Amino acid sequence: MLEVSNLHVKYGNIEALHGISFHVDEGEMVALLGANGAGKSTTLMSIMRLPPPEGPQVTKGEIRFNGVDLLPVAAHILIVKYGVGLVPEGRHIFGNLTVFENLKLATYARKDKDQIEKDYERVFSLFPRLADRRWQRGDLLSGGEQQMLAIGRAFMSGVRFVLLDEPSMGLSPLLMLELFRVLKELNESGTTILVVEQNARIALKYAHRAYVLEAGKIVLEGAAEALADNPEIQKAYLG
Amino acid sequence: MRSYSSLLSYIALGVLAVIASKTGILNAYVQIVLMFIGINVILSTSLNLVNGYMGEFSVGHAGFMAVGAYITSVLNVMLFTQSSLFGPPLLNPSSALFLFPVTLLIGGIGAALAGLLVAIPSFRTRGDYLAIITLAVNYIVKSSVENIQVIGGARGFMGMRNVINSMQDIINIPWALVWVIICVGATVWIIYRFVNSTYGKGIVAVRDDEIAAEIMSVNTQRMKMVAFMLSSGLAGIAGGLFAHVLGYINPGTFTIMKSTEVLVMVYLGGMGSLSGSVLSAILFTIILEAFRPLQVAKWVVVPLLLILLMLFRPEGIMGHRELTDIFPRLRRWFGAKEERG
Repeated sequence: MLEVSNLHVKYGNIEALHGISFHVDEGEMVALLGANGAGKSTTLMSIMRLPPPEGPQVTKGEIRFNGVDLLPVAAHILIVKYGVGLVPEGRHIFGNLTVFENLKLATYARKDKDQIEKDYERVFSLFPRLADRRWQRGDLLSGGEQQMLAIGRAFMSGVRFVLLDEPSMGLSPLLMLELFRVLKELNESGTTILVVEQNARIALKYAHRAYVLEAGKIVLEGAAEALADNPEIQKAYLG
Repeated sequence: MRSYSSLLSYIALGVLAVIASKTGILNAYVQIVLMFIGINVILSTSLNLVNGYMGEFSVGHAGFMAVGAYITSVLNVMLFTQSSLFGPPLLNPSSALFLFPVTLLIGGIGAALAGLLVAIPSFRTRGDYLAIITLAVNYIVKSSVENIQVIGGARGFMGMRNVINSMQDIINIPWALVWVIICVGATVWIIYRFVNSTYGKGIVAVRDDEIAAEIMSVNTQRMKMVAFMLSSGLAGIAGGLFAHVLGYINPGTFTIMKSTEVLVMVYLGGMGSLSGSVLSAILFTIILEAFRPLQVAKWVVVPLLLILLMLFRPEGIMGHRELTDIFPRLRRWFGAKEERG
């Protein structure tokens, strides 16, 4: 589904990714692991081309989605035309809008009214907590609830492929577990997921496959179970 | 039904004002003040689109006003009047009545194109930097006009009075007032419809969180471009009206001082509040006129009032709310739709 090959990316004069290649197949849940500054978020940002000044520059390499070159495609088109959505780091929900309004806003470009109604129900059944807080302002939610909202929002924008940037950031272990359980459920119902994580243990538990990034290069890749048993990984990330 | 009632009452008020002016109940001075109020309403609501709804900080609104004023004036003087600059009229002077809105619109389009000058850098920078760019655009416009001798340069440009006169030769009503009333109504309606449309909500999304807006499929770049161009285009129309109300324009009118005046109206009324901008434009114009007997001291008293306002009500008269939020009963007359689910 998504094919990244020999991707070089730089910020200003500093190269952050030195030619990484990976792929995500339809229906998969793939994790991108690595320490701070390894280039995980940069990878997502290069796929999801946010307008400058936020976006990094791709200098070399290819990003293909079902064979289509994604490099010249802007983020807002990516969502509508190709069904690729992003749950950004730090959630970026609208604090002055209610939970429901946030979800509704995600349907900005959608025309399929019937499916939208079903999707609301699906989000509220996946995250019962959001249903309880339907009319509450976004900034009054707890960190975990905001993360749920951000994921629910990506789902409401009608995408089939979701990129998640550090969904576990600032969450309690219990919430983290719940979050990944829901992600798994979403994945099993047909959404392809690429998740960037620092918490290797939980990511490897739920993902099918994983890549390990280190200083802008992919150093390890493989099935999640195999990686979880890898002594190197255990030493570096699982403690 | 309710959206028609506000339109009808506005038309009724407008007709009343025109009749009162025609019969002399409103003297020339009151008429001029009324027209300035109208022009200021267009200026403040259009700037509010960028500064309030979109959250950028544009300080060069007078520049766009100048572009519109000059384009419309030059076109009208050239087309409809005998002038020393352009010679005999190119068209029948009586056609000014029908073609005036067209030239006004052309002025607006010209100003909107100038707005592109600001929109493009706004893709890359925000906040203070963008403010400096808009300031620069204001100066560029002013200096360019000063150096184009054909249209009078720093001496200014006149002859627009004859355009209005040739309209009055056909039907003798105060046409300048009529056009101001029509344009104010159209502007407020356009902006109201725009910011309340699903498409226009994208502007507020850009203000609150650009990244979130983009990942929710809002084309943030086009949104900014549309907002800047709409805002500056309307300012250009206000400029065209302004030129024909006064009958004389010079580049010195469209300096940073004028831009500041518009900024003051926006912040006085409350950012992101359309009714606030309308109210503050009315209030600000009337206050300025009321303090006219104070002469120079006016520029001490009025800013002082502003300081007091900012101290006790920093969010402006209306804050982010609309009149209909404070007096919900007004909803019966104004078509503000509330939705919850």
